[in-house]
Amino acid sequence: MKIPQELRFAASHEWATEPADGIVTVGISDFAQDQLGDVVFVELPDVGRTLAAGEAAAVVESVKTASDIYAPLAGEVVEVNGALLDAPEAINTDAYGEGWLFRLRVTDPEAWGGMLDADAYAAVAEEG
Amino acid sequence: MSDFPLVFERSAPGRRAARPPVTEGPGMAELLGEDALRADPPRLPEVSELDLVRHYTQLAHRQFSIDGNFYPLGSCTMKYNPKLHEDAADRFLDLHPYQDPDHAQGVLALLHGLQGDLATITGMDAISLQPAAGAHGELTGILMIRAYHEANGEGEQRRVVICPDGAHGTNPATASMAGYDVVEVPTGPDGEVDIDAFEAALGPDTAAVMLTNPNTLGIFERRILRMAEAAHAVGAQLYYDGANLNAVVGRARPGDMGFDVVHLNLHKTFTTPHGGGGPGTGPVGVKAHLAPYLPVPLVKREGDRFVLDAERPRSIGRMRSFYGNVGNLVRAYAYIRTLGAEGLRRVSSMAVLNANYLRMKMKEAGFTIAFDRINMHEFVAQPPAGLRTLDIAKALLDHGVHPMTVYFPLIVKEAMMVEPTETESLETLDAYAAILAEVLQRAQDDPEYLAGAPRHTPVRRLDETTAARKPVLRHGFAPG
Repeated sequence: MKIPQELRFAASHEWATEPADGIVTVGISDFAQDQLGDVVFVELPDVGRTLAAGEAAAVVESVKTASDIYAPLAGEVVEVNGALLDAPEAINTDAYGEGWLFRLRVTDPEAWGGMLDADAYAAVAEEG
Repeated sequence: MSDFPLVFERSAPGRRAARPPVTEGPGMAELLGEDALRADPPRLPEVSELDLVRHYTQLAHRQFSIDGNFYPLGSCTMKYNPKLHEDAADRFLDLHPYQDPDHAQGVLALLHGLQGDLATITGMDAISLQPAAGAHGELTGILMIRAYHEANGEGEQRRVVICPDGAHGTNPATASMAGYDVVEVPTGPDGEVDIDAFEAALGPDTAAVMLTNPNTLGIFERRILRMAEAAHAVGAQLYYDGANLNAVVGRARPGDMGFDVVHLNLHKTFTTPHGGGGPGTGPVGVKAHLAPYLPVPLVKREGDRFVLDAERPRSIGRMRSFYGNVGNLVRAYAYIRTLGAEGLRRVSSMAVLNANYLRMKMKEAGFTIAFDRINMHEFVAQPPAGLRTLDIAKALLDHGVHPMTVYFPLIVKEAMMVEPTETESLETLDAYAAILAEVLQRAQDDPEYLAGAPRHTPVRRLDETTAARKPVLRHGFAPG
């Protein structure tokens, strides 16, 4: 199970990159994609939508289940990974790369530091 | 069982099952007008009568049903549908929905009787038989709650429906369809709704709370009276998802637990057929304060006559054409009247006993039980670490039994939700437990065993991922 050191995580299994010019990239963890199984459908938020931290932002559907994906930080959606609509399997094959979901212009870049670091998230994933 | 061709693949040009006689008189062009005729005939399969008979007979042999095998699909209540009910339903086949009510007093009397019986069973004041399925009943119920809040001037204020995290997916979907925001409350370590989180979630914005009792873990919510009191204290309405009524029918009533609205799945608790794509039936019951909002028409008694009452100005309107799935309403009435109150009590007793027996047998076989305690009509198990529920479900198919519900509720990893129902014998339960034990033993002896299952079904492991990602929804004729 891969947990990159440079990312921060939410207990609900989303990851976020360190803010660069106030923008973070969001996806779901390798652990989350493994638990979901083969992803077959992704629903992404509209660009321009303002999200509160913890608000349901996207839906990822696998052969097993459909799961809400929550915004790990508050902000405005500035870009979504439209390629997933045709190739949702990228979430399974490259959860931290091609499988990214959306980018947020975060309201409070400092809040990123308050998310789980790799070690803390590893403990969360351990518990399931 | 080997695979067989589709009827399209059996087609040969010019082959016919029957040749209608050439008729004298005006032709189609004369009757309909030239422009109404299509230029090319539709391409339909061309097969002989025997080919056609074999096609449908072989399809029929593929049917997996409760009449053939054990079907312990959790949350679905796949109980036996007594054949007597079919005879009862047949007696009403020749009625037409446009028939004058004066000429349909028999069926109206039956529907009125069923409304009364369901009100008694649920502890509600009034019943509509109209909704065509459980989820349809849910929508009807929540729309009535919305109309009630709007009539009280609280439509703007009450924007939230609370559902437990183990809820049937239809509950939040219904709330969302009715325009509400959904707030989820967690399940506590005892398998019941976390009462503190529940009470914290309640507020002046709460429109309704949707619960099923027993819940989807098959566990009875022992704090239901406290929950009802708390919900009512903030002005919220309490909705009972009747999917699990089979656990308590004849013994406990949602109305007495404090629920304001209930839907029933007649195709679960009251044995109308289901699972084959046939119609469901989802009557709703309400307490008196919500009765004005019931869909129209209701069957009403006026002296010694039964009438269809559509003069209900506060009704949310019509939820379905005509009067619901009447054939199934007849079956459900036959069931209730055949069993009577004592019989219905035995239904829930045996449903609960069977489920607890099978829970203990699955524990013995090496499965883990989620929230292991006395359950009601169903329970949720988990396979030993490292094994996947999906693989075990596929292996069960090789033994001619239906798997349990898999991966639900979502709050239990690798969930296996088992509901044997009351109509199964001890021998059937023992046989299922023995199959489960054998599957587990073989899985532990041979790592390849589960991955290769099923081996004896007409088609083996389906590629569900490709089917979902790149569905092929049309099938053509054989090439050439």
